[in-house]
Amino acid sequence: MDQNNLIVYLEFEDGRVADVSLELLTKGRVLASRLGVKLEAIVIGDDLTGVEQQVFPYGVDRLYKVSDKRLYPYTSNPHSAVLINLFREIKPQACLMGATCIGRDLGPRVSSCLHSGLTADCTALEIGDHTDPKTGKEYKDLLLQIRPAFGGNIVATIVNPECRPQMATVREGVMKKEVFDPDYKGEVVELDANKYVSDEDFVVEILDRHIEKSKINIKNSPIIVAGGYGVGSKENFQLLHELADTLGAEVGASRAAVDAGFTEHARQIGQTGVTVRPKLYIACGISGQIQHIAGMQDSSIIISINNDPAAPINTIADYVITGNLEEVVPKLIKYYKKNSK
Amino acid sequence: MSLNIIVLAKQVPDTRNVGKDAMKEDGTINRAALPAIFNPEDLNALEQALRLKDSHPGSTVTLLTMGLPRASEIIREAIYRGADGGIVLTDRVLGGADTLATSYSLAQAVKKFGNYDIILGGRQAIDGDTAQVGPQIAEKLGIPQITYAEEILNLSDGHVTVKRRLENGVETVKAPLPCVVTVNGSAPDCRPRNAMRVQKYKYAASPSEAVKLSEERKALLEKRPYLNLQEWSAAYVDADPAQIGLPGSPTKVKAIENVVFTAKDCRVITDNDAEIEDLVKELITNHTIG
Ligand SMILES: Cc1cc2nc3c(=O)[nH]c(=O)nc-3n(C[C@H](O)[C@H](O)[C@H](O)COP(=O)(O)OP(=O)(O)OC[C@H]3O[C@@H](n4cnc5c(N)ncnc54)[C@H](O)[C@@H]3O)c2cc1C
Ligand SMILES: Cc1cc2nc3c(=O)[nH]c(=O)nc-3n(C[C@H](O)[C@H](O)[C@H](O)COP(=O)(O)OP(=O)(O)OC[C@H]3O[C@@H](n4cnc5c(N)ncnc54)[C@H](O)[C@@H]3O)c2cc1C
Repeated sequence: MDQNNLIVYLEFEDGRVADVSLELLTKGRVLASRLGVKLEAIVIGDDLTGVEQQVFPYGVDRLYKVSDKRLYPYTSNPHSAVLINLFREIKPQACLMGATCIGRDLGPRVSSCLHSGLTADCTALEIGDHTDPKTGKEYKDLLLQIRPAFGGNIVATIVNPECRPQMATVREGVMKKEVFDPDYKGEVVELDANKYVSDEDFVVEILDRHIEKSKINIKNSPIIVAGGYGVGSKENFQLLHELADTLGAEVGASRAAVDAGFTEHARQIGQTGVTVRPKLYIACGISGQIQHIAGMQDSSIIISINNDPAAPINTIADYVITGNLEEVVPKLIKYYKKNSK
Repeated sequence: MSLNIIVLAKQVPDTRNVGKDAMKEDGTINRAALPAIFNPEDLNALEQALRLKDSHPGSTVTLLTMGLPRASEIIREAIYRGADGGIVLTDRVLGGADTLATSYSLAQAVKKFGNYDIILGGRQAIDGDTAQVGPQIAEKLGIPQITYAEEILNLSDGHVTVKRRLENGVETVKAPLPCVVTVNGSAPDCRPRNAMRVQKYKYAASPSEAVKLSEERKALLEKRPYLNLQEWSAAYVDADPAQIGLPGSPTKVKAIENVVFTAKDCRVITDNDAEIEDLVKELITNHTIG
């Protein structure tokens, strides 16, 4: 098998490859082409039928499938063992994973064993050269891993000059998902699980599992009405739902609003929530702390409704409505109904 | 059954409250102006450890932190809340570590500590924000990990049962001991300081703090051994120089940019009816809404 390709770890649940994995394939395709290497993907689980049809259109050249009853649901050691042992054979130059509960559990374990660097929560991935400032040694075509740190107050570019694979995790919604070629065909390589995992790897037992499909889909909504701590109560959040229903929008929230119990966690936008890029973002009673802005700054148009004219979010807003949201939001509803056909 | 519990904790700059006074003229943050605090999720981990101690009398909770000598501040804080003691792994050669070098160094310290039943840590630190150190320590020690823990449901017969909080649900898992458990911020808050413990331990000091103390306080440390906080060096934990600090870190920071917000062209309106109606009409006309 040829080596030094770029590989994406796929998350697979309920017969579907996770969006974050498809987003990484989209990015991975661009990076692999730029490097002149193959885009590979690996899926590990129980029943893996249909994965190839889902991922080949994203430009996957080779899909590794590792199937065993015990490999679903995900547990840390067996999935790590597969990646560690496979990576020793195929020596990928880079590996991308979702910055999800799975990716952030798996990535560190694999990187620790292979002694390869891992960069968390990247917001951009590029290919570029690097010169070591101390030794002057030059490195060509490294993966430049760009990520916010320090609570979002800085953005760092991180490289792994010497160790392979260069590993990075990326949050859902940060990269765009785009079909590369609907007719693209790669090859499928079925691997024998027993060659990669041993019985001792199955140490952690899952006793109970409640996975709820989130009905809330703020990520793909073109309009988001987001509420912050300034909304004041669960009851007032209803007002935002009214505006959202009127506009055909979804309701999002800041962490302070979620922490205060005004709305559910699945609506949280920002560094530790979802990243969104809607056409219109209406921020109601949100001050605009950096961790929140990190998740919505790419919105095309931002309206801020805040009674503090100096709220930080106003500096990135296209329209600022200075006033109490309890008054402004009903007026928006009223005048939308009046003027739309 | 009594347990030897290790809690991993990090002293971090308070990146959550970067107020105006912590901003420099150019709009970037002045890190030196940020107070150093106990990493929030490590306090959630400490609480889980103290609950285990409550339910397993005779257990000990030991804090382990790698950082500057001043990190003994968080050890005292943990002792005030119920921990038994702590170790600061501190050495110039440990500086500049990425998560891999950090977890190697901490794993060496755990090995030096020896007999342990369970290691608890926070999910993530609020400065590096990676959530990588816990799983990497587990791998280095060759033991299982349970991440995103919200509650330790049971610990008996050499196994621990934990409820995990995932992005779209919950999972209950059971792992053999010893293992590493990283605790989520959604777990219960840490209990407050205990006034009696504050009285008893407020003069606790590490060797690097002790040298600066008055003769009287030094004498107190000699008289009461429990007031002596431990400091360990890289050599003391048999750390391989090639695997620690900057040289032992595969990731290198190539560039750092401060995030500065520049104001966009923006229209400011009031909550006056006519202005709001105009805005709504404009958004309908340019197809932003409707
Ligand atoms: C701008 C910037 C970006 C960085 N990006 C990366 C990166 O992408 N990849 C990388 O490998 N490194 C990175 N680092 C380095 C990393 O921040 C440090 O290695 C850090 O000491 C440990 O990582 P963390 O803060 O992310 O901890 P986390 O992994 O988030 O911490 C998880 C838990 O581990 C325990 N823990 C962590 N550190 C300690 C400690 N010193 N003592 C005791 N317990 C501890 C705590 O229980 C903590 O809650 C970066 C550093 C900077 C300044
Ligand atoms: C590691 C880390 C990760 C984080 N991740 C996230 C994240 O993913 N997402 C996130 O959002 N936050 C996150 N935070 C928290 C973030 O720092 C802020 O605390 C949070 O975003 C503040 O929310 P807020 O703007 O709703 O509340 P506040 O800062 O309290 O702002 C409330 C605003 O409402 C305005 N207001 C009050 N009353 C009214 C009224 N009647 N009408 C109109 N306006 C009114 C006020 O003027 C103020 O501007 C994170 C923090 C940390 C440390």
